[in-house]
Amino acid sequence: MPLLDLANPSRFLSLVDRVLPWLVVATVAVFAIGLYQALLVAPDDYQQGATVKIMFIHVPNAWLAMFCWVVMSIAALGTLVWRHPLADVAAKAAAPLGAAFTFLCLLTGSLWGRPMWGAYWVWDGRLTSVLVLFIMYLAVLALWRTVEDPSRAARAAAILTLVGAINLPIIKFSVDWWATLHQPASVMRLGAPTIHSSILVPLLIMGLAFMLLFLTLHLAAMRNEILRRRVRTLRLMQAQAGA
Amino acid sequence: MSGLAALLERDIRLAVRLGGGAPMGVLFFLIVVTLVPFALGPDLALLRRIGPAILWLGALLASLLALDRLFAADHEDGSLDLILMSSVSLELAVATKALAHWITTGLPLVIAVPVLALFLGLEPWTMGAVALTLLVGTPALTFIGTVGAALAVTLRRGGLILAILVLPLTIPVLIFGVAAANSAAVGPVPFGAPFTILCGLTLISFVIGPFAAAAALRHGLE
Repeated sequence: MPLLDLANPSRFLSLVDRVLPWLVVATVAVFAIGLYQALLVAPDDYQQGATVKIMFIHVPNAWLAMFCWVVMSIAALGTLVWRHPLADVAAKAAAPLGAAFTFLCLLTGSLWGRPMWGAYWVWDGRLTSVLVLFIMYLAVLALWRTVEDPSRAARAAAILTLVGAINLPIIKFSVDWWATLHQPASVMRLGAPTIHSSILVPLLIMGLAFMLLFLTLHLAAMRNEILRRRVRTLRLMQAQAGA
Repeated sequence: MSGLAALLERDIRLAVRLGGGAPMGVLFFLIVVTLVPFALGPDLALLRRIGPAILWLGALLASLLALDRLFAADHEDGSLDLILMSSVSLELAVATKALAHWITTGLPLVIAVPVLALFLGLEPWTMGAVALTLLVGTPALTFIGTVGAALAVTLRRGGLILAILVLPLTIPVLIFGVAAANSAAVGPVPFGAPFTILCGLTLISFVIGPFAAAAALRHGLE
């Protein structure tokens, strides 16, 4: 059972040390291909011009903004149900990454919206639910920072994460309902079949690149968190020995 | 069952007697609604138009006010440990405490609506709609807040973080509460659609709230 093998942090650390350089190389390579395809090969949109290039950064960030919460929810189950020692480390490492991807999604979306809609921000359903997602990430981060004992913080954050996982679809539905009530169909919609393959292929490559970036950063952050906890334990032992 | 009834009676008694926080919420509600005309100007036509939204926001904030005492007081005097160890299921005990909390802090907000609606110049019909939506919606606010209160009590310095944890989760209740109240006043959607969704949200919160709060207490206090 490989998942159980990884419960030993030292074994996990040695695995990370072996895998991480390859992941960094793969991330850089796929980013190079993706950016080349997106910026130089993919055609400009006949209406939006070159601003459509923002999409190649914006959409992968939006995917990862949601994916990070899924990772946190699975890790939360690991914390609460199986008490897997690495689960709370994984959850803690994913939270700031999720917040960062969500922030980048909002930022690029707002930079894209300025030339397209004439405003940095409109209270559209999708924008608003991503904003709420961002606030939820910040709430989880605030919860992690409130408690100094890591395992207590992990269980509190796990419950909030799972409650959030149930509530986020409800919030999404409510906000969509609210937005259609207030301003019907003001935003252009890119349906899946209407995307031409000359745009779709670079987009998928960029999605893969961002996924690899997340994996690299997540593993590195998990390693740092394990080392940070060891330092904390050593300090506590030192303080006790000194007293 | 008698244990739960005793718990309900005890919590209500503690809340309404000296030192309990029950009247604070209504007072806060009154102050919030009084502050709005100072910010917007005493334009009664404007206030009438946004009255349901003001009342809902005020009630939402007021329902947060006493939440941090929901489990904290019991945690301080040790009765929360007794509840945890008792034979009654923790989920039911949490639900009972939330019910008592709603009766002492949520219900007074609903009762206060007619008076406050008068300040905002609402029509009797709109006032009734706001009161009805708050009657259905405030239990959801309390039961969602229970999760935050349970998390906050295990952190020992809840206070501010409670509001940060709870408020994003209350967005759907606010949306459908205000929408139902507004649709009764001006339209454009019929009252029934948002109102039944609001009822559904309240029922969901009855399930999620006690289970998540009980899990938070079990994991946090062991």
